[in-house]
Amino acid sequence: MASLLHQIQHQSVTIGAPLPLDSGQVLPSVTIAYQSYGALDADKANAVLICHALTGDQYVASDHPATGKPGWWARMVGPGKPIDTDRFFVICANVLGSCMGTSGPASPDAVSGAPLGMHFPVITITDMVRAQAMLLDHLGIARLHAVIGGSMGGMQALGWAATYPDRIASAVVIASAARHSAQNIAFHEVGRQAIMADPDWQDGQYYGSARAPTKGLAVARMAAHITYLSEEGLTEKFGRRLQARDIKSFGFDADFQIESYLRHQGLAFTDRFDANAYLYITRAMDYFDLAEPHDGRLAGAFADAKDVRFTLVSFDTDWLYPTAESRRIVQALHSVGAAASFVELSAPFGHDSFLLDVPALDRIMAGALGAGW
Amino acid sequence: MSALRPDLGIIADAVPARSRILDIGCGDGTLMAELRAHKQVDARGLEIDPVAIEAAMAQGLSVVQGDVNHDLADYPGDAFDYAILSQTLQTTERPDLIIGELLRIAPRAFVSFPNFAHWRVRLNLLWRGRMPVTRLLPVAWYETPNIHHVTVSDFRDLVRAQGIRVERAWYLSGDKPTSDAAASWRAEHAIFLISRT
Repeated sequence: MASLLHQIQHQSVTIGAPLPLDSGQVLPSVTIAYQSYGALDADKANAVLICHALTGDQYVASDHPATGKPGWWARMVGPGKPIDTDRFFVICANVLGSCMGTSGPASPDAVSGAPLGMHFPVITITDMVRAQAMLLDHLGIARLHAVIGGSMGGMQALGWAATYPDRIASAVVIASAARHSAQNIAFHEVGRQAIMADPDWQDGQYYGSARAPTKGLAVARMAAHITYLSEEGLTEKFGRRLQARDIKSFGFDADFQIESYLRHQGLAFTDRFDANAYLYITRAMDYFDLAEPHDGRLAGAFADAKDVRFTLVSFDTDWLYPTAESRRIVQALHSVGAAASFVELSAPFGHDSFLLDVPALDRIMAGALGAGW
Repeated sequence: MSALRPDLGIIADAVPARSRILDIGCGDGTLMAELRAHKQVDARGLEIDPVAIEAAMAQGLSVVQGDVNHDLADYPGDAFDYAILSQTLQTTERPDLIIGELLRIAPRAFVSFPNFAHWRVRLNLLWRGRMPVTRLLPVAWYETPNIHHVTVSDFRDLVRAQGIRVERAWYLSGDKPTSDAAASWRAEHAIFLISRT
């Protein structure tokens, strides 16, 4: 599966400059795959960067090349939509370490040409942000009207505010956090162990072989998928209903609809995602703690971001990145005097609410980008 | 000025251009939008109702969800030029402490409230023996959010006891101004501009 995935051609740019990483290692050059929508103004002041989540990609508003499905935020991005491509030049880049054309563990070694696998350096959210900044340099965009992201995308938006505060006018951070909690790390570790326990993982050097750790990756996705939904959502959608049968099998088939659903989600995921990329990106998220370089004081991360306008949104059923994490960010922003908006929206879909039909989020997004004022 | 509620209109007129304000209990951001549009004020808001916050955020206003009783502590001292607390003081758990918080985060504050000593209120109590339901106090006693009714005289006493200066006061009977001397009986609304001494 992974080999098919890596045959897809993506629009990308290779930047020959070195990218120094938080780990101390250096990528001698970096390839960044990206999509853009709308037109850049003559004064290059209408650029909006959308940062995608863990398993997202640059196909924010265009059909996915592997699955053929509509873009993951097509409901939010497009002509006349809340992120209006008639007004804004919208950029979405595949994050560093991922598998949709940007440099990552499937990229070839500069010398041998063989896939790097686990020789790819461990990266951080801030490294992803640095790579995005290199893309903007390449595109000649000095300053963004807004950087927008949900979940891990929100972490990148916060990373932008901490690393390049003078390059952004506003940041929109949805269903996110300024650090990964012990619970967040714990769920990611379950996923990583599932991948690495799969004999087909082969210490990450599976690219040239006929085997890929699809079983492990599917289990990782199943575990993670549960964290994206709410208990009430699961109960409403599946309850204890049985899958295509009237009685329990007294065996280990997918008796319950929820089992069948998760198995399908896990398997489908392996068609569009690379197991090593999953390891690297979850690691980057686990290492994320904006307060850490500032003696645990989150306000320190935003010391130079007082002129950035922040919009934060959480969802009442999101237990992965709960409202308290957004409030913590708001408190830090208050202490530096940055203009901040924050609301907890009510939506039944758990963490995934940011991707789904929540009309209040649409109105807030339009407001954050300056509609009507 | 647009059709602002009369007490908000008075506050909007009195806030100097380009000042930094925190509107506490800002609702859907009507006053903030007015101040932003006409006085280039750097306006921030605190509000508890998510539907009202969403309406404010949809206008691009900087409003944070929070509770006046607990969340003012998140703001550093002197973060603003003016704190604004309109029609909210009487709903707070400890109005005396809230006033202290207002003058911690800003050197000056506007505080407006319905006057519980207005003659209609007094008549209601005196003749009918019942908690008043009036134009400005439209909700029955058992479901009103107003848990600390306050009169003009009460407020003057409180700020005097706290050593707080009253820089200016406005009193409204209906939508018309009424005098300082008659305020205790005739004012439906009172608006105070207070400052640290």
